[in-house]
Amino acid sequence: MSYVEQLVTSFIASAAFGVIFNAPKESLVKCGLSGMFGWMVYFTLTDNGFGPVLGTLAASFLIAFISQIFAKQYKMPMIIFSVAGVIPLVPGGLAYDTMRNFVENDYNTGIALAVKASMISGAIAVGLIFSEVLNHLIRKSGSQPTKQQ
Amino acid sequence: MKNREETYEIMDVCLLAGKIMLRSGAETYRVEDTMQRIASALGIEQSHSYVTPTAILFSAEDRKPETTRLARISERTTDLKKVVLVNDVSRRISNGIIDLDEARRQLREIETSQLMFSFWLQVLAAALASGCFVIMFQGGWYDFLPALIAGGAGYYSVILFHRLIPVKFFAEFLGSVIIGVVSYLFIKFHLGVELDKIIIGAVMPLVPGLLLTNAVRDLMAGHLVSGISKGAEAFLTAFAIGSGIAVVLSFL
Repeated sequence: MSYVEQLVTSFIASAAFGVIFNAPKESLVKCGLSGMFGWMVYFTLTDNGFGPVLGTLAASFLIAFISQIFAKQYKMPMIIFSVAGVIPLVPGGLAYDTMRNFVENDYNTGIALAVKASMISGAIAVGLIFSEVLNHLIRKSGSQPTKQQ
Repeated sequence: MKNREETYEIMDVCLLAGKIMLRSGAETYRVEDTMQRIASALGIEQSHSYVTPTAILFSAEDRKPETTRLARISERTTDLKKVVLVNDVSRRISNGIIDLDEARRQLREIETSQLMFSFWLQVLAAALASGCFVIMFQGGWYDFLPALIAGGAGYYSVILFHRLIPVKFFAEFLGSVIIGVVSYLFIKFHLGVELDKIIIGAVMPLVPGLLLTNAVRDLMAGHLVSGISKGAEAFLTAFAIGSGIAVVLSFL
């Protein structure tokens, strides 16, 4: 039940972000899909005891990968699809907890949480970068045989 | 080799395309790439561009003395549809389907057109996203509606304050204050259960996600200045949201 719940809400949330960023109408469903797949990877991994950093890394990698496929297929810039998908991974909850602890004068906990939040933000970036690198490698290996012919 | 007038006209079209893209939230490297592609397709073989989030420098080096032009970008929004449209125009120019005059006409049309989803649809989307985030962050369905309303109110006020007060980051600050107050009222009147979950969900539409991903992609493409300045903008926005929430929390 909770997986179905997550599936539906993550799809709606990502598609709604497509509307906020004013993505073209025909790409809204694809925004939702990339966000949904990314979130499901994140949710499944964290649900099974892997840390949020690893979950975020895998999810942002997958989102970027799917976005690249969409970008090639529909001849649109990749950010259209990746931006909406990445939003759910942004550590909003941790950032909130950080702020809350700072306000309550619990600076030690606050700093620990802030570091955790920045680790997760870094994981988003690294996931995107890995996917880009993989894409370059695939494109290179794909284009070489045709060059030799 | 083009004569001077022609060079100027081609540069006009390149700058126009670059301006629209940068204003609509495209990555810096994409703007440079597009301008260079258009220039070379229209006949300027040697061109250089230097794009930062606030200005475009573009120079054509085909004939001496080389011409350089500057365009200042003061306002940036998020309008991915325009990025797609300009991308399409640039692709058609590269493929030789449209010429200079047609390209200029199409770009002017894109520049002046209002392609945004309607204001209320955006607020509705933000509200819906906020509600969904509560469920995604392991909250209960009883907090769905409070987060939906708080998130919608927050997003609405951010857009409104952006129009009223031209100070950057202040709208985000006030918006998150409003989110905090609305969420607190829901808890106070026993309409919501978990304050944390409602606030986190409602704040998510304000998160600078586009800036964050663009900063990463620009840094990866070697545009260090743009990457770092976009990162700074994202950080300041996040900080404004955080301090807005902190103000409310400190009164609890």
